[in-house]
Amino acid sequence: MNGLMKHHLFWPLVVLAALLLFNLLYSPDFFQLVMRDGHLYGSLIDILNFGSPLILVAIGMTLVIATKGIDLSVGSVVAISGAMACLTISEGADQQAGGLVLTAVGMSLGLSLVLGLWNGFLVAGAGIQPIIATLILMVAGRGIAQLITGGQIITVTSPAYEYIGAGSLFALPFSIFIVIAMYIAALLLTRKTALGLFIESVGCNPKASRLAGIRSGLVTVAVYMFCGLCAGIAGLILSSNVSSADGNNAGLWYELDAILAVVIGGTSLNGGRFYLTGTLVGALIIQTLTTTIYMIGVSPEITLVVKAFVVLAVCLIQSESFRKKLVHRWKTRRYPAEREVTRHV
Amino acid sequence: MLNERQPILQMRRIHKHFPGVKALSGVDFRLFPGEVHALMGENGAGKSTLIKVLTGVYSIDEGHVELEGQELIVRSPLEAQAAGISTVYQEVNLCPNLSVAENIFIGREPRRLGRILWKEMNQKAADLLQERLQLHIDVTQPLDTYSVAVQQLVAIARALNISAKVLILDEPTSSLDRNEVEQLFRIMNNLKKEGLSILFVTHFLDQVYEISDRITILRNGEFVGEYMAQELPRIELVAKMIGKDLRLLEELPTLAEGEGSAAKEVMLEASGLGKKGAIEPFDLSIHRGEVVGLAGLLGSGRTEIARLLFAADRPDQGTLLAEGEGVATPRQAITQGIAFCSENRKTEGIIGDLSVRENIILALQATRGWYQTISRKRQEEIADEYIRMLNIHPNDPEQLIKNLSGGNQQKVLLARWLLTEPKLLILDEPTRGIDIGAKAEIQKLVLTLSQKGMSVLFISSELEEVLRVSNRVAVLRDRRKVTEIADKELNQQNVMQAIAGG
Repeated sequence: MNGLMKHHLFWPLVVLAALLLFNLLYSPDFFQLVMRDGHLYGSLIDILNFGSPLILVAIGMTLVIATKGIDLSVGSVVAISGAMACLTISEGADQQAGGLVLTAVGMSLGLSLVLGLWNGFLVAGAGIQPIIATLILMVAGRGIAQLITGGQIITVTSPAYEYIGAGSLFALPFSIFIVIAMYIAALLLTRKTALGLFIESVGCNPKASRLAGIRSGLVTVAVYMFCGLCAGIAGLILSSNVSSADGNNAGLWYELDAILAVVIGGTSLNGGRFYLTGTLVGALIIQTLTTTIYMIGVSPEITLVVKAFVVLAVCLIQSESFRKKLVHRWKTRRYPAEREVTRHV
Repeated sequence: MLNERQPILQMRRIHKHFPGVKALSGVDFRLFPGEVHALMGENGAGKSTLIKVLTGVYSIDEGHVELEGQELIVRSPLEAQAAGISTVYQEVNLCPNLSVAENIFIGREPRRLGRILWKEMNQKAADLLQERLQLHIDVTQPLDTYSVAVQQLVAIARALNISAKVLILDEPTSSLDRNEVEQLFRIMNNLKKEGLSILFVTHFLDQVYEISDRITILRNGEFVGEYMAQELPRIELVAKMIGKDLRLLEELPTLAEGEGSAAKEVMLEASGLGKKGAIEPFDLSIHRGEVVGLAGLLGSGRTEIARLLFAADRPDQGTLLAEGEGVATPRQAITQGIAFCSENRKTEGIIGDLSVRENIILALQATRGWYQTISRKRQEEIADEYIRMLNIHPNDPEQLIKNLSGGNQQKVLLARWLLTEPKLLILDEPTRGIDIGAKAEIQKLVLTLSQKGMSVLFISSELEEVLRVSNRVAVLRDRRKVTEIADKELNQQNVMQAIAGG
């Protein structure tokens, strides 16, 4: 039991279970799944479907944070990628054509990789602190997205493109499969090759890593490129889901939710050890929370406040030192004097 | 001059504790008027701590300080300044973008009705520099238009202007070249004649004898003694700093066997390799199967040489060839078969949050690249093998390395490098802070490895250790390689003599 509680996934899973339990009590049909026209419908499916862009972005963010970095530009990359794809499709002669959609997807993902490369270059090559380096693209990226869309919302009518974010496979939303594929790819890349070891080593002690012969610059660039790619795919899902690209609002504040998901999942902002599965659970917690807040009808003005409080509570529950302190206070509640003496034990 | 002069400053039985460390225990220090008093000791001997308690940066746990016969208690550097104790630090603590005059008078500008009298201030600054320091410069120019040496003098001028009775110079010469040092010494001599007392801290032995009247030696936070400079031979100064009695040393047999190294092929060759501010250009070649030791006081440039040989730092001049090929980055050095165990185990060695197994395979995996993964099974075999071979405790390969003791961390790092099968192993202080048993094991390992044909560059503060394992010892003094001692000449006496120089 003790070993179980020490596992890094224990508290995230407890929180997720608690959220789901709350929903079950609040609205008993929360777990209901309905089959209609060969598609599954239900709140759980919604959480997975709407949560998939966030999970993708958070997976990329996990690796960046593991190198003691941070990528604030993911939200902008989401917007740019969606804008690029929609622009390419809207300019095509036949918006239905599969080749056109493939070109659009290829161009967006290529562009996302380039943006990731830019971030990686600023961090590893120019030596700018990650938070500043990616802030540049976070701000400029919105402008780039607007430039691509010409300041308008581009709408496309292409069932083939729509399939990415709104289509379904085996009765489940297609986006879920994309997420699973990227999650497995990230796991294989980091755990079956030495890349994970290098990332953790660079994040934990860059100086020692350099002296051990690791090309830390290359590792850093690769990680930012992967993060860019993840954000790019998330952008495709988001824009294809609504068949339009909004340079201004697509992916707004995604970076913050993604960072939160990574931290809730157990990866430290100090770099080093990272937990992809933890991030997955963390992103699901955030998406479930968002859905719950909408469902119980919190008035729109204060949804963010409610969310913030829940997130604060989640972070505190996960903090081991906070839990210890709480237990200690409870145990010594009748003996304030003893509390003073034993506080640091 | 009077024979029975009273010291202007007297510190008695000063104690200072830091959590876990006794930084100063019962240190005495006296400073006489019109004297330059050198405070000597290796790094960590307590020189800086003593200066910091004197100038109010740290509090004093126990002991008395008297200035001109009055008990002196200072709680901040400002109070110390007000009492007449001014300090000029190694790194110049001035504002480079303000003018020279502003730097001298900042906070004490001559004013009338709240208006700064610029003319008067500039005139005063120029006069001050000319009269007391013989320095003729334009005081309205920003400070950073002048060399570090001039900046240092400006800092001294500022200190003098704040009514200094005692001037503390903390390593003022470390970033100055020969001519600048001479200029500084001329000025110090003048100030001395004016009756100023100067406390002088330096690492350079030559300079101590050039300028100081009196020497106080500290070792490990303890007071070793106070001597007149003329009465203390250099070699004795060194012996007292590192705490070895020479007569005792002579009786010790040397264990190093002199082997002819000339015949063997050259593994690594540095010629004219140097880096400004770190080490003056040096030549060094290491042959196959040879153990070369580096001896010298702390801060004499030992680590700097090691880092240059591993290409961890970029040299400004000279060439470095490993088996005839150039080396420019640590990665290249590793592929050329060079391994480097840094003296800073924590910051440059271990990856704290990773396991012992991961720390061991790290360098080998790095040379193989990310794709050619060492299988988990092989990793575990390797870890088990080295844990057994080097007696690493605890013998759990999944333990995080930060939870191990210093000696065991060191062994893990050795394992990391041995696994890459290096041709040359550079060990910088491999036995620092580890217990006697582990020390002996590491020394034994070095000897076994060299018999198997591995070259080793061995750096240690403990002279006996260097002599025990080395075939040849290169001696460093004041960031310069002064000599090499090999074969029959290799004994403690000769090495000490070379370290002391002069």
